[in-house]
Amino acid sequence: MSANGGGAWLIRGARPLGGEPADIGVRDGLVAGVGPGAAAEAGPGAQVLDAAGLIALPGLVDLHTHLREPGREDAETVETGTMAAALGGFTAVHAMANTEPVADTAGVVEQIWRLGRQAGHCDVLPVGAVTSGLAGQQLAELGAMADSAARVRIFSDDGRCVSDAVLMRRALEYVKAFDGVIAQHAQEPRLTEGAQMNEGEMSGRLGLTGWPAVAEEAVIARDCLLAAHVGSALHLCHVSTAGSVEIIRWAKSKGWRVTAEVTPHHLLLTDDLVASYDPVYKVNPPLRTAADVAALRGALADGTIDCVATDHAPHPLEYKETEWAAAAFGMTGLETALRAVHEAMVETGLLDWAGVADRMSARPAAIGRLSGHGQPLAPGSAASLTLYDPGPREAVDPASHASRSRNTPFAGRVLPGRVVATFLRGRPTVLDGKLA
Amino acid sequence: MNRHLISAADLSRDDALRVLDTADELARISDRPIKKLPTLRGRTVVNLFFEDSTRTRISFEAAAKRLSADVINFSAKGSSVAKGESLKDTALTLEAMGADAVVIRHNASGAPHRLAEWVRGSVINAGDGAHEHPTQALLDAFTIRRRFGRSSDGQGPGGQAGRGGTLDGLRVTIVGDILHSRVARSNVILLHTLGAEVLLVAPPTLLPVAVDTWPCSIDYDLDAALPKSDVVMMLRIQLERMNAAFFPSVREYSRRYGLDCARMAQLPERAIVMHPGPMNRGVEIAAGVADSPRSTVVEQVANGVSVRMAVLYLLLGGAEGDQ
Repeated sequence: MSANGGGAWLIRGARPLGGEPADIGVRDGLVAGVGPGAAAEAGPGAQVLDAAGLIALPGLVDLHTHLREPGREDAETVETGTMAAALGGFTAVHAMANTEPVADTAGVVEQIWRLGRQAGHCDVLPVGAVTSGLAGQQLAELGAMADSAARVRIFSDDGRCVSDAVLMRRALEYVKAFDGVIAQHAQEPRLTEGAQMNEGEMSGRLGLTGWPAVAEEAVIARDCLLAAHVGSALHLCHVSTAGSVEIIRWAKSKGWRVTAEVTPHHLLLTDDLVASYDPVYKVNPPLRTAADVAALRGALADGTIDCVATDHAPHPLEYKETEWAAAAFGMTGLETALRAVHEAMVETGLLDWAGVADRMSARPAAIGRLSGHGQPLAPGSAASLTLYDPGPREAVDPASHASRSRNTPFAGRVLPGRVVATFLRGRPTVLDGKLA
Repeated sequence: MNRHLISAADLSRDDALRVLDTADELARISDRPIKKLPTLRGRTVVNLFFEDSTRTRISFEAAAKRLSADVINFSAKGSSVAKGESLKDTALTLEAMGADAVVIRHNASGAPHRLAEWVRGSVINAGDGAHEHPTQALLDAFTIRRRFGRSSDGQGPGGQAGRGGTLDGLRVTIVGDILHSRVARSNVILLHTLGAEVLLVAPPTLLPVAVDTWPCSIDYDLDAALPKSDVVMMLRIQLERMNAAFFPSVREYSRRYGLDCARMAQLPERAIVMHPGPMNRGVEIAAGVADSPRSTVVEQVANGVSVRMAVLYLLLGGAEGDQ
């Protein structure tokens, strides 16, 4: 047994990044060898996993997960949320700060980090709140969270926008001292009062208050300019509009330190689904139009958008079994993310599997300043990896999900692929599609 | 016809004409000394009102009672709804009571869609948020048809009813707060279905984005629209819209978009003036206009009962003997 408790494994015949089949030897929590020498490197006692036809990817990293604990354990816990993450192929998730109490002190972020360690299904990296209580009034103790055992590097008031320009500027500046990044939920609050769905043809027809694209784009433009002005790192959460893509492309062309994420649901779903008034499609930012989806896919393919992040937002049934306006915003996503990206990006020819590995593992790990994740499948790397079968096509069954909540917008929809196995530093967390 | 009436888009041209023709026949019965028909005896109609709307509720209640249905009024005030019961639990309660039809008024757009998933009976939308109010559109179409002499001349329900006409070629101008109006949405759909040319007139702040995709045309200038209108429908303006910067003041709104006597004089000779009520006299409509012979406001109320009778009759299978 290795120090990491996973023993040695010989993964036979997997296709690293979708390429030619090769054996992968795992030992002591590390990738010991890839290719002809893998068996020897793994050693004679290695357990053998037949992975013929499976695609091997570095373990996926999610920058945007709502684990709901502490406070809303009826929706999700660190235990159930990280089980869902492992089943979705993730080896690290960033837990958003809008818990009860808010993750705005070293004490709370350390609690979440410890719960993640105890659960053991994947690494849990707490995101710290930018402002105390997410109230948008004064900065939380960002340095204390950065220095805590949880080593917080990403700070976000996600769910709320840091709309005050001065506060945003100060936050961007302050986190430079410990190489932090501010992840902005871009939503101009006055332009989105009472907003229910994307403002456009559908909102007009359905009589629902619109959430205009400009409310996202105006904040993104302002924050790119602020980040440039103070020379800081800005990350943009769940980018949802074609206009946002144009602004980010421009900011990157200037060499500014701006990164961005897109969710699987914004890559696949459009606002005409709201015509059913089924709140399973209610999410913030809202589902947009087919033109936005096309722009987001193109931006993820060309690197303007750096990565995919789930915005996994579990809610109990009663929060969705209501009329539209009374329902909560949010969708689950951890257990369907890779399959959704497969359909939106790989089946369309926009990304190959190396591209998927980059956008779902290497780049998010770099943005989160994670040293042990997103590494290439090469000797010496941490043996955190995902084995994915691209062959099956099955309908999504929420009842089978490990998440405590069932609010997936893909229920009943056929998606390609299946996560077969996930390894975290040499230890299987998922085998044969089930928790190991 | 569909089992439910949730949107005016649920009605094909034939469906809509069938409702109007049936309403014509039922209106004739309403002129008799004994107004009641036994058609829906033993059926239960629930009026589920989450918003105050006495006029719509009593219109549906009168319609159901004239067809001999049992009527249960379920209002949010003084019921479990006020204590926070969910729409789903309310729906399951009504289902357990055996409601054959649920007439729902709700402040949330789409509430009737949700309700229809939880009850077996027919769901009739009596106004949901800023979405739709299809029976209002039907009674407006019915009123227009009567005023322009295009109604049917049949003998009675189930008999050899004559076919009334469409609204082909009639020019209908709807004026006011289109953005928040369920009456406007249902009317644009239904009047278009029936062949009318619909024009929306409003300040740009009170038009939805992408309104150019609707089956109608748009103008910001009421004076330009009036001479080419056979029908002008004035919408109620909520005075609190002023506070959200939709327009500067009530007086400015009234000057630019209110229908006063001088503006009414620009209308063609046979043109009529409609209002779904309740009116803000002196704001969107001057008292002299509201009380003029062109005004159909009182007829609209009377016609509302006939049209709602027709809807209940057709949705609840009262027409099963028909071909």
